[in-house]
Amino acid sequence: MTTLTKKVLNLSRLLKNVDNHTKRLSSHFNYYPDIEKSIEGETSKMNMMQAINNAMDITLKNDPSAMLFGEDVGFGGVFRCSLGLQEKYGKDRVFNTPLCEQGIAGFGIGLATAGATAIAEIQFADYIFPAFDQLVNEAAKYRYRSGGQFDCGGLTVRAPCGAVGHGGLYHSQSPEAYFAHAAGLKVVVPRGPNAAKGLLLACLQERDPCIFLEPKILYRSAAEDVPVDSFTLPIGKAQVLKEGDAATLIGWGTQVHVLLEVAQMAQEQLGANCEVIDLMSILPWDQDTVFNSVKKTGRCLIAHEAPLTCGFGAELAASIQEECFLQLEAPVRRAAGWDAPFPHVFEPLYLPSRARCLDDLTQLLRY
Amino acid sequence: MALKTGASFLRLNRLNQVFRLLSTSSRPEIIQNGGNNADFPGAKAPYVTEMKFVDENSYDPIPIYRVLDNDGQVIDNREEPAIDKETLLNMYKTMVQLNQMDKIMYESQRQGRISFFMTNYGEEGIQVGSAAALSPKDLIFAQYREVGVLLYRGMTVTELINQCYGNHEDPGKGRHMPVHYGSKQRNIVTLSSPLATQMPQAVGAAYAYKRLPNNDRCVICYFGEGAASEGDAHAAFNFAATLECPVIMFCRNNGYAISTPTNEQYRGDGIAGRGPAMGLHTVRVDGTDALAVYRAVQRARAIALDNKPVLIEAMSYRVGHHSTSDDSTAYRPLEEIQKWTQAENPIQKLRLYLENKGLWDAEAEKTYVKEARDMVVRTMQDAEKKKKPHWKEMLEDVYYDMPPHLQKQMQQMEKHLEKYQEHYPMDQFQKE
Ligand SMILES: Cc1ncc(C[n+]2csc(CCOP(=O)(O)OP(=O)(O)O)c2C)c(N)n1
Ligand SMILES: [Mg+2]
Repeated sequence: MTTLTKKVLNLSRLLKNVDNHTKRLSSHFNYYPDIEKSIEGETSKMNMMQAINNAMDITLKNDPSAMLFGEDVGFGGVFRCSLGLQEKYGKDRVFNTPLCEQGIAGFGIGLATAGATAIAEIQFADYIFPAFDQLVNEAAKYRYRSGGQFDCGGLTVRAPCGAVGHGGLYHSQSPEAYFAHAAGLKVVVPRGPNAAKGLLLACLQERDPCIFLEPKILYRSAAEDVPVDSFTLPIGKAQVLKEGDAATLIGWGTQVHVLLEVAQMAQEQLGANCEVIDLMSILPWDQDTVFNSVKKTGRCLIAHEAPLTCGFGAELAASIQEECFLQLEAPVRRAAGWDAPFPHVFEPLYLPSRARCLDDLTQLLRY
Repeated sequence: MALKTGASFLRLNRLNQVFRLLSTSSRPEIIQNGGNNADFPGAKAPYVTEMKFVDENSYDPIPIYRVLDNDGQVIDNREEPAIDKETLLNMYKTMVQLNQMDKIMYESQRQGRISFFMTNYGEEGIQVGSAAALSPKDLIFAQYREVGVLLYRGMTVTELINQCYGNHEDPGKGRHMPVHYGSKQRNIVTLSSPLATQMPQAVGAAYAYKRLPNNDRCVICYFGEGAASEGDAHAAFNFAATLECPVIMFCRNNGYAISTPTNEQYRGDGIAGRGPAMGLHTVRVDGTDALAVYRAVQRARAIALDNKPVLIEAMSYRVGHHSTSDDSTAYRPLEEIQKWTQAENPIQKLRLYLENKGLWDAEAEKTYVKEARDMVVRTMQDAEKKKKPHWKEMLEDVYYDMPPHLQKQMQQMEKHLEKYQEHYPMDQFQKE
């Protein structure tokens, strides 16, 4: 690569005179780190990529049947989540597969059917669709169709999802709602390093196949103190990150951080004290926590990056109006990606930004 | 026992007569004494009494066709393609232009001017050689590492760079990530990121052409050896063969799919090895030799227009990193790269050929490289100054007519922007 590098250096000189006003878009949120400890004991600073790596390391160490595989996983994966694991556990347990998502999912189901723990990586959630048949028609229905004789609960499919500032149509999508529609799959989205470690370990021990969607912008955006030991966070349980009485703000993944900032803005600009819930599990979702909160506040804003129509917010809104109708002071509002494919240069205008969420919240409070 | 057998024999005989009546073809000759030929619907093959498993070593590997040696000399004069001087120079200049664009745009990504880029280093011969052998009317479905094909077809550096910047002159209106080019006018279908999806599509397009009266167009579909592992690749080969489509399935085998080397991608005799097995006319060529690629595609085109689908596997080496998001030193040794940047450099091979023919020299090289580079730098400066499309383009073209729910979302955003403009980089976008 030396020759290449040299050429690049010469070119930098050449390019100096070019105007420089098209810098990459900066990120659309500020990160709110977890402060509370998940468990007692020693912690270490980890970003989300390291926390995921650590969860897989623990699993590979403690569970001799566990295997980790996918496209480019061998050298550490394109997001470096499997870094060092092939060296540690060998090529027969941590390995590259051919470039074929339906193969990865089907192979993983097979491993799990034979009793192994399968950690399948899909390089981008946008590329999970060739595996849709295997996941929706096979993984989701394995136990049901065999009358409980067979299952593939040992399978966890990890996939990086969500906006990164410059991903365009096929490196930005959030497909959680598609999978939530397939009875039999569990769907989980972490908001940072602590949540990622606890939830991923829970998925890996879970008796049902799990889709674990990792908001890729969070891989390196911030580090938290993460317990060194193994721990799990319960699947199906939301977390109330900030208590309040004016309105309930519900999100998951990166959007949680947007909503935490919106809550802060609402406090400062509107004098409204909002409750913020990280749903964490998309399916099954924590109805108790959500309903109790909305019954208390009487107002609810749901925000997600995925498009509005049939996004998971639609399911939440429908259930909330069914359950909390008498306590609601305003219709449930949704701030979401627009009903268009995820656009490259328009990303800042496409996402449910803090400005859009604040605008919606203001209208919700004034209703 | 004997009786029983006799009874069933009789019954079989009667059945046989029924089948003969139903069958449209006459019964094949059954040669006895070891030469028996089976007549299963799914296989016509001889019967044998010796069991033998075949494996990847049962066949010789498909050889690699080349015209030029590393010094740009034609190895067998009968194989030298008859290409006129102007076309040869155009081919070479396209390679140089591509190479300059790759270097400068790669660096511009490094400086944060564009979000992403991919280079074509090492595969220039594949791209230009194949493009030159096609008719401008042939439809192109590409993967992403085929920019030389696009340039040769006539896409301008300006169009390509505008796409990378996603400005209002980008034919794709800023919606796609950089390097996802397309041009209806030049019969280049806009690229997609999900791998191999274009492969069955190309076959479908070819079938549609086949049905046109006096069809003189074929379809070419480029894909990487990694993408060839997708289910869509298999579907494409099978559809192309069974539906007898005028299509050239063109595999660029550059040794890697991001970090995954070919021995972890497939076994057997590469991608070409699948061709005869699936009923495709197949050839393997040296992709670092633009003239060999030209010859292969020229012949392939003639075969395809006879509604016989072709598979070409062009061997090369991905000299650059996979993309600007990749550092390939994490998974391959430097010496390996160097080998392919020197003796097996496709640009150099064609240059030596042209020099041997007296069509090119050091002076011409110097002038043209400078011209090509200046043009890219100038184009980049211009592209950078152009605004991005109006934000409303974000919600256009989702459907032919905008449905009511999307109209409502557009109005919602409009109202939101009246109040909250300052939260958005509106100055980067075109105004009403
Ligand atoms: C369905 C799908 N899966 C994964 C990816 C991510 N990806 C982009 S390029 C690439 C490697 C492709 O290798 P190859 O087909 O050999 O083409 P090359 O990059 O070598 O030209 C991968 C895995 C993708 N774009 N689409
Ligand atoms: Mg390749």
